[in-house]
Amino acid sequence: MNEPATQKAITRFLLHLHPPRVNSQSIKYTRTFGLGGIAALLFVLLFITGMLLRFIYVPSEKGAYDSISYLQSEVFFGQLLRNMHYWCGMLLVVVSFLHVIRVFYSQSIYHERRKNWLYGLLIMFLVIMSNFTGYLLPWDQLAYWAVTIMTNMLSYIPVIGDGLATLVRGGAEVNEGTLLRFYHFHTGLLPLLMVFTMSIHFWLVRKAKGVTIADSSKKEMVNTNPELVYKEIVVALSLILLLIAFSMLLDAPLLDKANPLESPNPSKAPWYFMGFQELLLHMHPGFGIFIVPVLVTAFLIYIPYVKGLNANVGVWFNSAVGKQVTTWSAIYAVVFTTLIIVGTEYFFKFQEWMANLPVLITTGLLPFIIYILPTYGFMLLIKKKLKAGKMEVLISLVTILLTAYLVMTLVGSLLRGEGMHLFA
Amino acid sequence: MSFIEKITRRSFIKKAIITAISLELAYVFINLLKKGSETNVPANLFEAGDIELFEKGKIYPFSAQRFYLSRLQDGGFMAISTKCTHLGCTVQFKNKDNKFMCPCHASAFSVNGEVLAPPATRALDLFPITIVNDKILVDTNNPQRRDKHNKSQITYA
Repeated sequence: MNEPATQKAITRFLLHLHPPRVNSQSIKYTRTFGLGGIAALLFVLLFITGMLLRFIYVPSEKGAYDSISYLQSEVFFGQLLRNMHYWCGMLLVVVSFLHVIRVFYSQSIYHERRKNWLYGLLIMFLVIMSNFTGYLLPWDQLAYWAVTIMTNMLSYIPVIGDGLATLVRGGAEVNEGTLLRFYHFHTGLLPLLMVFTMSIHFWLVRKAKGVTIADSSKKEMVNTNPELVYKEIVVALSLILLLIAFSMLLDAPLLDKANPLESPNPSKAPWYFMGFQELLLHMHPGFGIFIVPVLVTAFLIYIPYVKGLNANVGVWFNSAVGKQVTTWSAIYAVVFTTLIIVGTEYFFKFQEWMANLPVLITTGLLPFIIYILPTYGFMLLIKKKLKAGKMEVLISLVTILLTAYLVMTLVGSLLRGEGMHLFA
Repeated sequence: MSFIEKITRRSFIKKAIITAISLELAYVFINLLKKGSETNVPANLFEAGDIELFEKGKIYPFSAQRFYLSRLQDGGFMAISTKCTHLGCTVQFKNKDNKFMCPCHASAFSVNGEVLAPPATRALDLFPITIVNDKILVDTNNPQRRDKHNKSQITYA
């Protein structure tokens, strides 16, 4: 009775995620570095390890921490299971971020891929939210204070901020209710939304005829199976092997049980938010939490819709000029951001110098302008010296934003010690 | 405007229905999340002790209740919340420097709770104090927001 077409349904279904034949350029590893596929694999690994963790974990103020220590000390391979889940989650943030950077710099977000860029940004947001909601679950000092800091950040959003922060926490403080709703977001709603958005993301890649290629005149096609499938399996197996080895060597952190009476010194947000925390040390929260992130998000969404861009789809950095622009922008952002950080730490004390002005101006608007003006000057300079076109200026702007965030993340997480002082 | 011309009766009704259902779901969802965050909390009076117990010009920690009771030189009382106004970490009083320090982002507050160093932008919250029969009662459920410190915030016996 078995119809040939319905035999091996699972294998066939999986193979049908790909087209039967693909352009030979698009399966070169350096075209995509396999980042999208790695992210999808990590999602699956997180799903499996997460499902297993659910059998042990108790989402309550009393039970959460103890269930984690029970898992680590009593359950066979429990520590390894938690480590796997933890490191997969952290790696997923890194890989998704690199994936976003890759599609941007290889000019793969224009025309028919516009909409997929938006879905990509949405998935990036969901990835970060998943990681962040998971961060609270161990209910240790690290988790408790990171989430206290992050939810209080929300309260600086004008008008709706306080209400929103209370809504997210379910109270004035991080409490058991917060733990329960974060647990449900982490293990229910967010993964479900991600499965849905990922399906659309993959489908849109197929609709755009696969990944971008540098030279569309060459049309040499190869069979997906085995040419691409073989590569995917090699990458997937190596990654799983590396992850297991890594998880055997390095344990996921677990500090003392959460104690609302005592903030550890220093208390830090999760590392991917450290750029924000660093920004907050230099800027009024109204700017650091609200104005800057809203502007950056709006800008990212708007990129593929900018008029008058001539994108060399699939060409890294758009052109030779684009490469130079990227390098110089990165150098500029590293130097200038470091200068500003050191400057506001030791020299610029606007709040003391101009004590009569409102803090929104002295610690908000002034630092903002101090950053914007030289950057604008730099843009004019690259336009003139390197003959950068509109696209190159756009690339420069994105590079500066990314590099500045990376510098702030590094400074915040590595160079700040006790009392959040530099080099303490 | 072209996008207005594109709306037909059929698409208008369709969008209206979708919007109405989404709004309804969002409303239900938000109200679910709101549960447990009632805004009008009844006062929870904590008895800190007799007036005579506290020396003038000293500051006493009540860390489990999350405030410092400060008796000023002129005999007035203030119950200063330990919740940093910046991002909610727990501040600690440093006797050596005579100020409150936040371990998270290095905000500093004076003995009166006023901001000495950013990133915090407003003074530490105060808990309302009532003095009954020479006993000090602190309402630990209703922190009072304030931007700056002033005399009217001090409670006298």
